[in-house]
Order: sequence, then structure tokens, then C-alpha cells
Amino acid sequence: MKFIVLIVIVLGIIAIAQMMRVYELTSKLRNRREEDIQLRDNKLNATLMLIFMIVLFGSYIFMLFRYGRGGLPEPASAEGVNYDWLMDLNMIIISAVFFLTNFLLFFFCFKYYKKPGVDAYFYPHNNKLELVWTVIPSMVLAVIIILGLKDWNSRTAAAAPESVRVEIYGKQFDWTVRYAGLDNQLGEFDYKLVNGTNPLGIVTAETIKTRIYEMDSIVSMLEANLNDPKQVYSKETLDKMEDELATKERIYQRLIQMQQTHDVRKDVHANDDVVEPSNTELVLCKGKEYEFNLRSQDVIHSAYFPHFRAQMNTVPGMVTRLKFTPTLTTKEMREKLNNPDFNYVLMCNKVCGASHSNMMLKIKVVEPAFYNTWWPMKASEGAFKK
Amino acid sequence: MEAVAHEAHGHHEENFVSKYIFSQDHKMISKQFLLTAIFMGVVAMLLSILFRIQLGWPGESSSFLHTFLGDRWAPNGILDRNMYLGIVTIHGTIMVFFLLTGGLSGTFSNMLIPLQLGARDMASGFLNMLSYWFFFISSVIMLSSLFIETGPASGGWTIYPPLSALPQAMPGSGLGMTLWLTSIAIFIASSLLGSLNYIVTILNLRTKGMTMTRMPLTIWAFFITAVLGVLSFPVLFSAVLLLLMDRLAGTSFYLSDIIIGGEILDNTGGSPLLFQHLFWFLGHPEVYIVFLPALGLSSEIISTNSRKPIFGYRAMIGSLLAIGFLSFIVWAHHMFVTGMSPFLGSVFVFTTLLIAIPSAVKVFNYLTTLWRGSIVYTPAMLFAIGLVSSFITGGITGIILADATLDIAVHDTYFVVAHFHVVMGLSAVFGMFAGVYHWFSKWYGRMMNTRLGYVHFWLTIVSAYGVFFPMHFVGIAGAPRRYYDYSVYDAFDSAQGGMIFELNHVISMFAILGGLAQLVFLFNFFYSIFRGPKAVQNPWRSNTLDWTTPIEPIHGNWPGELPTVYRWPYDYSKPGAAEDFIPQTVPLAPGEEEH
Repeated sequence: MKFIVLIVIVLGIIAIAQMMRVYELTSKLRNRREEDIQLRDNKLNATLMLIFMIVLFGSYIFMLFRYGRGGLPEPASAEGVNYDWLMDLNMIIISAVFFLTNFLLFFFCFKYYKKPGVDAYFYPHNNKLELVWTVIPSMVLAVIIILGLKDWNSRTAAAAPESVRVEIYGKQFDWTVRYAGLDNQLGEFDYKLVNGTNPLGIVTAETIKTRIYEMDSIVSMLEANLNDPKQVYSKETLDKMEDELATKERIYQRLIQMQQTHDVRKDVHANDDVVEPSNTELVLCKGKEYEFNLRSQDVIHSAYFPHFRAQMNTVPGMVTRLKFTPTLTTKEMREKLNNPDFNYVLMCNKVCGASHSNMMLKIKVVEPAFYNTWWPMKASEGAFKK
Repeated sequence: MEAVAHEAHGHHEENFVSKYIFSQDHKMISKQFLLTAIFMGVVAMLLSILFRIQLGWPGESSSFLHTFLGDRWAPNGILDRNMYLGIVTIHGTIMVFFLLTGGLSGTFSNMLIPLQLGARDMASGFLNMLSYWFFFISSVIMLSSLFIETGPASGGWTIYPPLSALPQAMPGSGLGMTLWLTSIAIFIASSLLGSLNYIVTILNLRTKGMTMTRMPLTIWAFFITAVLGVLSFPVLFSAVLLLLMDRLAGTSFYLSDIIIGGEILDNTGGSPLLFQHLFWFLGHPEVYIVFLPALGLSSEIISTNSRKPIFGYRAMIGSLLAIGFLSFIVWAHHMFVTGMSPFLGSVFVFTTLLIAIPSAVKVFNYLTTLWRGSIVYTPAMLFAIGLVSSFITGGITGIILADATLDIAVHDTYFVVAHFHVVMGLSAVFGMFAGVYHWFSKWYGRMMNTRLGYVHFWLTIVSAYGVFFPMHFVGIAGAPRRYYDYSVYDAFDSAQGGMIFELNHVISMFAILGGLAQLVFLFNFFYSIFRGPKAVQNPWRSNTLDWTTPIEPIHGNWPGELPTVYRWPYDYSKPGAAEDFIPQTVPLAPGEEEH
């Protein structure tokens, strides 16, 4: 089979080469040179330019009607409503520019192809004209910049003090949610404290103590392994083990320091936080402003909320922030879309490894009435330290 | 004195190695760059078709994938997840650096700078040769990374750490990443040697009468490109070096507070954002390093084939300079949602949107050049017009992305992918094709076939728009880039999932059509090298000096004296002239104004 395909390809190339040959011989007979473009060819290409323009414009309009926002539902946050308005305005402006300039381009290409007896018009410059098309784009851009920055400033301004604090923690390849508890203050965190029972590294006197104990036993185990006279290690393994031991010892030292400087009074903020198991769901209340503190355990992820038109990267070593106010509950959106299976999601939007595309968290937006009964229960049942 | 120098050159013994391999002649080096770039372009195009098959027909077995990737990377004909990211990364890297930076500047700056300025060769033939061979070595290293056990670098062409810094983070961040960084470091050396050479040649080796304001716009574009390269590539070099140290020497420039694969690291104090700043300080000027040469080529081609002077020559130079300058103070518009200070973001919104002004001036000047012209549709002209169209279409979506607040929801989605492919990818590739069709006879003394050129252009522009136009809608839908499989949408919104699938399907089909269309070009190119009709000296009836050299290229470019220049290069259809073009070597007639 492959052999036949190969033969067909080879024969095809030979056939084209022979056709080229014939074409060249006829050109030679007619005394036509490759660089002399025939009137017929010129006209054909000019017409194709016009046809291409019509097809291009037609398909743009067609796609605009058929796909619009590519199936993305209407915004489900107050910020998203502003976003969509500004986006639409900008789209209208750039579409106008798209149609106008592409029209001029293809129309000139259609109209001014070389015809016998018509010379080109020598027109090297016109300062007035150039000033016009410097000033007009500048004015349009000024409008775009002012509207854009106004919205940007309000979206990136500090969240209101009463806004609900939630932490979202990304790691390969899932999201973990921490609600701030009844005091609405997130407890402190430190990556050195992360372990099986404390996935977010929340800092309390107790977690530090547990972690020191754990690290101490890891260090002793590593030392014991290294000094075990019955074990013979290759040079490579030995180096690796020594490196690991050194790292663990340094971390142990830092934990001790942390313990010495830890302020126990801050523990109350941490103790009432609610840490959800990773990859469950995020519950938001309609009409409340949320401030999300975003963190990452390993590589850069991006917390992307397409339905709320919001996004911020999560960066290891720093906390990033993002706020929005949900305005449509999941139930309302399902009704609007007439799709009972619809869900809001948080997606990862920064490549983070092989399963990047599966890193997703379901979001549920609920009515305040439901939230007001659900939340106190959740807060007391799920508190970090009951 | 120059004539003597030339004579000395002429007596060189030329053997095969010194003529074809370690040549110091700019024309041969240009040919080497061109052929390497075409090869790299074919590889990158093929890679894009491989991942487009996965995106258009997710989860379906494809014997095409299996043929190219084998059991290791396409078991049962389904692309492996890690390899998917790997080929996306290498596709981007090759296209941006090897085809459109090395290939485009290397080919055309080398060829045209001496020929259009009236110089015997580049200022340093030896550095020029080194520049090519560094390019060659880095290409080989980059390609070899596709064949290693753990796969090539796969964190995207922007290689953001910590993903790229930690071998535990993904298989591609192991040896593949080290090879990537090594290759790029060598590539930067190549690019710097080339750029320095171009700058020196343009400043010092212009022939008599060739003042800066009589240079063709091609040379202006190459000049500004080279300056951008010299100023920005060293910054990437330092970024790459620091990343290598984080990987190999245990430093913490980009690493802080990380637990990876269950293993706790003791790096603290570094910042991943530092890398992004360094990377985009090159990364944004890089866009213009890719794009300005294409603009230069198209300015020349549009003017010649409209038989009209380029409209607003000085404004064109001014806007090139403005774009070049502004390109250095806009880099952080790639970082609006990375956790950078929002105030800094607003500054970059302002500077970025300013770039739209010189860009608009350029577009309107092209349009006015075409207006009341006498357009001759050579294949080069078609591609140059294609460039103007893609420059418009891709440029305007930049206005959305430059606006921080609008960027929030489309950042890192397919909207970005569509935007930069149209404005940078298509425009630069169209410019490159235009240049190849236009100057083919300067390399090979023969002409390419025009009719096949027409077929190539129309298939290419239709498939290019077919790929990237629908892609904007995928982006507005909020589909993140670098996803292996968009059927994840079915889990929460099947209606939207269906729409994205439909669009991806169409895009993939156009991508395959576009790939096939390039076969027409490849056939035409290689056939014409050997069998194309012999060229005449000045086939396009052009004014610039490159068309005054003998058809058979010689060492030193001009036999005897170098030509003298008396006028700007755009005297097309000047009233009162006998012909519709007046070469730069023709003295001004008594009473004639320059322009």
C-alpha cells in the first residue's frame, strides 16, 4: 500500500514536471517571458482580489452570526457585564477598521491593475493627508485607552473590606479551596508546613510542631540510612542522599526558627478556616463580592473563570489577587441556557504539564437564602481546628 | 582602491568547501540561510499539522501520526499528551526563531544589504560565515531534541519557569529543555554576529551618493531590525543563562517556595516574574525583528509593482523608527494577569496602544501607494498585498489584547494565538514568500514559474484565513491555548463544547490544505533552481542597485567600479521620464527635482 502511494507521488511529480516543460516550450514559442505578466493574468488576479474580499467579509459576518461569542454564555458577574460591554464596543470599532481598510486594499487592487495606455499617478507624498491619518487613529485610541483604563482601575482596585475572602491553591493538576471562616480572615501559610493533613501549609503553633516532629524523623531516617554499615551505595545514590539530607536539614532549621518567632495570637484566623478536599467544588454566593487569594504549589497556573470574565495567574512564591461579584446563580444560568447539565468552572490557563487541560474545578453559585444556611454549617463542621 | 581589492578577491582559488560550505560571500551565505530556513519551515509546518490532527479529531486514531511519531509518541495513532505539548513548543520555537528571525533576516539582510547599498560584500565576511554556522549548529541541536527519550522541551515556546526549570515538573523539562536552552544560546550568538555585521555594513559601506535618505525601505527595515536584535537578544541570553543556572547549579533566580512531585525544594527568594520580564524584553522587540524585514520587503515590492513611488517615504522611515523605539517599552503587555502591579499594567496599556499609530500610518501609506497605481500581479506582489491584509486583520485584534482590562478574559486563549499568527506569522511568512519570488533570480539566475506562484498564493491566503479567522471565535469563547483536548468542555457545557469542536474541525482541515499548498511552492522553488527559464538583468524593471549587477553573480558583485547613486529608489512613473522607472544610477536631469 505504502509502495503504491509512493509510486503515485513520484508519477505525480513527473507529470507536473512534464506539464511545466510543455508550458515553458509554449512560452518560448510565443516569445513570452516569465516576468511579463499578461493582461489576462493581471485581470484575473485583480478579479480574484475582489472575490476574495467578498468571501472574506461574507464569512466574517456569517461567523459572527453563527458563533458570536463562540458559545460562551452571557457574563455571570458584575465585572463581566462591564467587560462584555467594553469588548463589544471595541469589537465594533475594530470591525469598522477591518471592513474599511480591507475594502480599500482589495478594491484598489481590483481597480488599478495594469491596463495598456493607463499610467500610474506619480504621488510621492502629501503631508496633510498623512497628518489626517495620524491624528484620527490617535483620537480613536485615546477613547479606547481612557475607557479601558477606567475599567482596569476599578477591577484591580483593592476589594471592599467586607468582601468574602477565599483562597484558591493550584498544583499539578487540581485546585484546592480554602474559605476564610467566620472571621473572614485567612490564616497565614508557609509552604514548608505542607503535608498530608495540612495540604495548604496553614501556620498554627500546632501545625509547626507536627511538621517539626515529622521533619525530625525524616532527617533521622535519612541519616540512619546513610550511616547504615550494611548498605553499600553507588556514588550517585550517595550524592543524591546527601543532597536530600542537606535540604531537609536546612528546612528543619527554618522550621525551628519559625517556631521561635511564631505569634500564637494569629492562630485564631487560621483555626476557623475551612479547607475543602482538592478538586471538589467552589461555592459562591450571588451578589457578594469575592476576593480570591491565589497561590501555587509547584509551577505557574492560571485561575481562569471564563463565565465571570476573570483571570489571574497563580505564581509559586507569591500571592496574587482577583475579585468579582457573581450575579447569576448556577440554576438561573441553567434555565437561561436551557441546559440542566451546565456548570460554571475554574480552568487552568497556563500550561503546567501533561494534564493541563484536565485541571478544572466546578463552581456553584447559590442564592443568598441558601448560602446563609449552608455557610454557618460548613464553617462549624469544616473548621481547620474544631 | 576598491577595484584593487576586488582584483585581489578574484584571484582566490575556490574549491568546493570554500565556495559552497565555508563561504564568506554574502550571496552564498544568504542561500545557505534560505535553504536551512525552508527546511526548518517545512519541519515546523509538519509539526503544526500533527497537533492540528489531534485538535481537529481528538482521540481518533491516525495512521499519519503513527507514521511520523511511531509507537513511542503516538501509540495506536493517538498523539501522546507530553509529545503534544512538545511539538507545540518546537513548532513555535522554530517558526519564531529559526524561520522568521534567522531565516528571514539571515536570507534577505545578507542578500540585499550589500547589493542595494552598492557594497562588495558585508563588512566582515568571516563573522557572516560564523553567523550562519552558529545558526546551523543551533538548528541541529533544536531538531535533535525531538528525538531524545524524554521528548523535546514542552513548556511552550515562552518556557516559563518553574515549569521549565524543574525536571520533575514534566518529562520535557529534562534533557529536552537543556538542549532547547543550549540551542537558543547559540542561536543568539548567531543573531548578534549577523546583526552587528548588518549595522556596520549599512553605516559604513554605502556607495557614493547613497545617503541614508536614499536607501530603499528594505535597508531601513533591516537596519532597525538589526538594532533591535543587538539591544534585545543579550537580555534573552541572560535570561537563558540564569535559567540554566537554576537548572544545573542550584541557584534560585526564578524559584521560590516550591513543592514539586511531593518533593520539597529549599529554594527561596526567586521570582518567576523576573524571567517573564527578561523574556519579554526580548520577546516583544522579537515580534518586530520578525515583522519589520517583511514590511521592508513588501514596501519595495509594492512600490515596484504598482509602478508608483512608495507614498510618504519619510513617514515610512519615521514610522519604522517609532515602531522600533516603542517596541522596547511595551513588553509587559504580555504580563497583565501574571500578578504584576496593576499600575505598571496601565502604563503598558498606554505605550502599547501608541504602536497602533505608526502602524496605521504604514497601512494607509500602502493603500495610497496602490491607489491609482498600475498594478502588475507578479506572485511577489500578490504576497505583498496578502501581507498588508494580514497586517490589518491581525493588527486590529492587538488593540483588544493591549487593553489590559479586555486582556483579562482573552489572555492565553486562542484569541491570542490567532492574533499573533495573523499579524506576525502570516505577515512575516507572506513577506518572506514575496521576497523569494521577487529576488529568486538574484540567487539562482533563473525565474520561478508565475502561474504556479498564483496557485500557491491563492491556496495559501484562503487556507491561512481559513485557519486563523475561525480561531478568533474559539478564543472569544474562552478556550485556553495549549490544551490537549477540548472535549473537556463537554463536562460542563456541551453546547459550547460542540461549537468549539466544530470550529477546531474546520481549522484543522484548512491547516492541512495550507500545508499541501506549500508543496506547490517547494516544487516550484526546486524545479526553478535547475530548470527555470534564465533571468534577465532587471526583470521587474526596478530602480534599486541590486538589479544592476550581472545576471551570473560574481565575487565582489560589480565588475569594475561600484555604481554611483544620484536619486532615491522610488522614481516610478515620474512625469517627463521616457520609461516608467529611473534607476538610482541615472543622474538627475537638469532642472529635475529629487522628489
